[in-house]
Amino acid sequence: MLVASPGVLAGQVKKGAYFDSVTLMTIGRHVQSLAGVMDAAIVMGTAENRAILEASGLLLPEFGQTRETDLLIALKLADASRAEPVLTEIEQQFQLARSRKDQGSQARPRSLDGAIEALPGANLALISVAGRFAADEARRALERGLHVMLFSDNVPIDQEIALKRLAADRGLLVMGPDCGTAIVNGVPLGFANVVPRGSIGVVAAAGTGLQEVATLIAQGGGGISQALGTGGRDIKAKVGGTSFAMALEALANDPATAVILLIAKPPDPPVAERISAIVQGVRKPVVTLFLGDRKGAEAGPATLEEAARAALALWRGEDPAATQDDLKRRDRDQLAAAERAAARLPASRRYLRGLFSGGTFCAEAQVILAGDAIAAGRGFPRLAPLFSNAPTQVTARLDSALVSQAHTVVDLGEDEFTQGRPHPMIDYDLRLRRLAAEAADPEVAVVLLDVVLGYGSHEDPASELAPAIAAVQDRIVVVCSVTGTEADPQSRSRTVRQLEAAGALVAPSNAAACHLAGWIARLQEDRP
Amino acid sequence: MTRLADLFGQKLEVVNLGLESFARTLRQVGAPTVHVDWTPPLDVAPDARRVIQANSERIAAANAEALARILAGMPQLVGMGRARDVIPGMSEDTLLHAGPPISWERMCGPMRGAVIGALLYEGRSRTPQEAERLAASGAIHYAPCHEHAAVGPMAGVISPSMPVFVVKNAEFGNLAFATLNEGLGKVLRYGAFGEDVVRRLHWMADVLYPVLDRALARLGAMDLKNLIAQALHMGDEVHNRNRAATSLFVRLVAPAIARTSSGEDAGSVLEFIHSNDHFFLNLSMAASKATLDAARGIAGSSVAVVMARNGTDFGVQLAGTGDAWFTGPAEVPDALYFPGFSKADANPDIGDSAITETNGLGGFAIAASPAIVQFVGGGPADAIRYTTQMYEIAAGENQTYQIPALNFRGTPTGIDVVKVVEKAVLPFIDTGVAHKEPGIGQVGAGVLNAPSQPFVRAYEGLARVLQANGGLASSGAVS
Repeated sequence: MLVASPGVLAGQVKKGAYFDSVTLMTIGRHVQSLAGVMDAAIVMGTAENRAILEASGLLLPEFGQTRETDLLIALKLADASRAEPVLTEIEQQFQLARSRKDQGSQARPRSLDGAIEALPGANLALISVAGRFAADEARRALERGLHVMLFSDNVPIDQEIALKRLAADRGLLVMGPDCGTAIVNGVPLGFANVVPRGSIGVVAAAGTGLQEVATLIAQGGGGISQALGTGGRDIKAKVGGTSFAMALEALANDPATAVILLIAKPPDPPVAERISAIVQGVRKPVVTLFLGDRKGAEAGPATLEEAARAALALWRGEDPAATQDDLKRRDRDQLAAAERAAARLPASRRYLRGLFSGGTFCAEAQVILAGDAIAAGRGFPRLAPLFSNAPTQVTARLDSALVSQAHTVVDLGEDEFTQGRPHPMIDYDLRLRRLAAEAADPEVAVVLLDVVLGYGSHEDPASELAPAIAAVQDRIVVVCSVTGTEADPQSRSRTVRQLEAAGALVAPSNAAACHLAGWIARLQEDRP
Repeated sequence: MTRLADLFGQKLEVVNLGLESFARTLRQVGAPTVHVDWTPPLDVAPDARRVIQANSERIAAANAEALARILAGMPQLVGMGRARDVIPGMSEDTLLHAGPPISWERMCGPMRGAVIGALLYEGRSRTPQEAERLAASGAIHYAPCHEHAAVGPMAGVISPSMPVFVVKNAEFGNLAFATLNEGLGKVLRYGAFGEDVVRRLHWMADVLYPVLDRALARLGAMDLKNLIAQALHMGDEVHNRNRAATSLFVRLVAPAIARTSSGEDAGSVLEFIHSNDHFFLNLSMAASKATLDAARGIAGSSVAVVMARNGTDFGVQLAGTGDAWFTGPAEVPDALYFPGFSKADANPDIGDSAITETNGLGGFAIAASPAIVQFVGGGPADAIRYTTQMYEIAAGENQTYQIPALNFRGTPTGIDVVKVVEKAVLPFIDTGVAHKEPGIGQVGAGVLNAPSQPFVRAYEGLARVLQANGGLASSGAVS
């Protein structure tokens, strides 16, 4: 109990003012935390409470005879001048307690079980918890009969295989791990764009590839029935394309899907065979793009843009080959634009530097700039040697992801950049700094940037990029692609306008941007 | 046709685990979404995790059996007796205490105070100093109440001559025992051992006990399950609030007391019970104990049959791990303290009363008790949130104990340790707070989440039993 200590006693009796003891204790605790309050008791005047006050040296003489329906306020203060403000504060607390409303705090489920209880119709789990916990959560979701989108990465491949086996047994789809985007029944999941519903169905083992074709289809007047991701590892032989095959078969049987578009980096041969065997049995048009692998598909698309256009043409009942004439016309326009841009660069600036946030875009850039992907007579500029931190067969590995060499395309979504920081589609800081560094390199002619809009991405990338582009555009050419739609929260046209106003050249697709930037570098290299 | 094809024809409804921004997107586009307030599971040995996961079906079946036994329990107050006469294994040198096993050396202040008080009450010592020497001498055998089918609130000390309630689980025949509640203020269970404390204990043995004993004998078995169910509808959760249950008890016994005792004794006994809102607590604990003991010894079950604290350690026992205790340090509750006291005065959590939570009452039923929900630092909605969260770790729902505010949903019943670990949701306990020094008494009341360590150890212990016996737990003590 309290030892007598210096201090000034003050107090009040409120006749007939009833509060329950817990409210009083709560207020008492608050009052004890106020400046200048050494001790405080706010209690109903029962005999027991009076005894407690007495023991604490807080039973004020002025309380006199009190009844248990009287409210006693006893304060020990450092200074008598505190009495009035503290008593005022107490009165406010009483009023607050009287007016306290049910806060309606909704139960927040702590687990999948609790969530399913709150949402009995749940049919999909979107999982983005840390990788080492993700597989357990996915397994529980599958056991409860939910389809799974596994956004998380760093899930061991053995767990991926086990999950997909379990899912296949139950007729459930696992999208991922490391599946960044999907559109299911018109609902955007993860990083996803707002596209109209329609009758083109997409299966993609390449996340930004899915976003690119979906937005290009939307821009071309088409719509998406379903856009299903599988995660990049699904098409490895060990995983066997389980999710890819299930998604493809589901779209083949889906009456709302008229045309199917398949997007992936080249699958391992047994998986490619498995997919090919399914495709042969599908009774609707299927467009396949295995980015960088043209074997057996010479007549098919070489880029995401060509793939989207082919799907649109088939949906309209047109010949996909005819769309190539448009592209060839645009190629000529782009070459002219490249000549104009190169004309204002000194001859010493000759290298291309691509700074990508989308892994698929970085791969596509390599296909376009260094691959032998020549589609239907379109001539792509060849740059050699081309370096990357995520090299394909046609590129050399950078000594350091942080330092460009000659022509370089960097995937800033790779692990070496993302550990401990957000994805470059959300956090532009790294790209802005790299952009400034590339512009300071006297040999750099053109910097190529992909700008990805949609849910999940940065809410206004142009606000970050425009000033940075404006600061370097007198030295180098900046070429951007903007993956998005008008309906995206950031609005594609507004973003394009801001980037153009800052001095960037904005191309209609990643392929077109690579083409334009590639020509600028090619022209600079060819200068005497 | 796969279920994926079916999905295309349905409205997409999403459970979101992880990045909350994804849930916001889904809400923006109008897709029904529930975001999970996700936390990583409790850290357990990877081997244990593998064993538990591999045995998940077996565990589920065992838990179904445990839950069935808990729900079938029919606790009835069948009479009274002296501890030495009715509690099995109670010798003259035995003192029972709350929580898991503990030596005199490791006992906290209030527990030591209660031991001293009990030795004074038993006449084994004349002074507190003498009692302390005897307590430390090795001559006294200390044992958990729980190992003798008994329970005691706070220090929970039961000495041989103390009168106890005898509660019988009519469905399974097992008995449970609890002392009589002394009331508030300076009392033995908070470690007080002054003359007034001992005098009250003698009055309880000499007056309260025979009066109640005669009345109960006249009444016959009292259905405690029914009484508790009624009390939940009247604003009790029968751990920290027992006002309704105590009133119902008085209504039942008063006529019998009047008919079997003199006016003076009857009056003093009824006054004593009336003056103590917690009188029923010991019966709610004994009813819970009788109910849960029937679920002991179910091989493979991860359902807790005991949560108990001795003021130093917090202990857990499982239906599937026999008599093993899984312990960790007890924590100091975050409470509302009486004027003049603070958390610095508080003893770590103490008492067998968490048997009520183990039985789906107390903190698990706090949504039924709007009058005390402010102990959780919020309004009734918070209490509903707490109870709702306990369904996450419950083996099932009670068929008798219901919560009006949840549309008479059954209370979350049977704590599944596997769920506790996997969801990192710890049982929520209402509690009184004792001063850490003996003899001062209660300094506050509040709520706390059980510490994680006993549950991690219980999980790992169950895994060991499953592994060693190919899934067969050594049979525990079934009363």
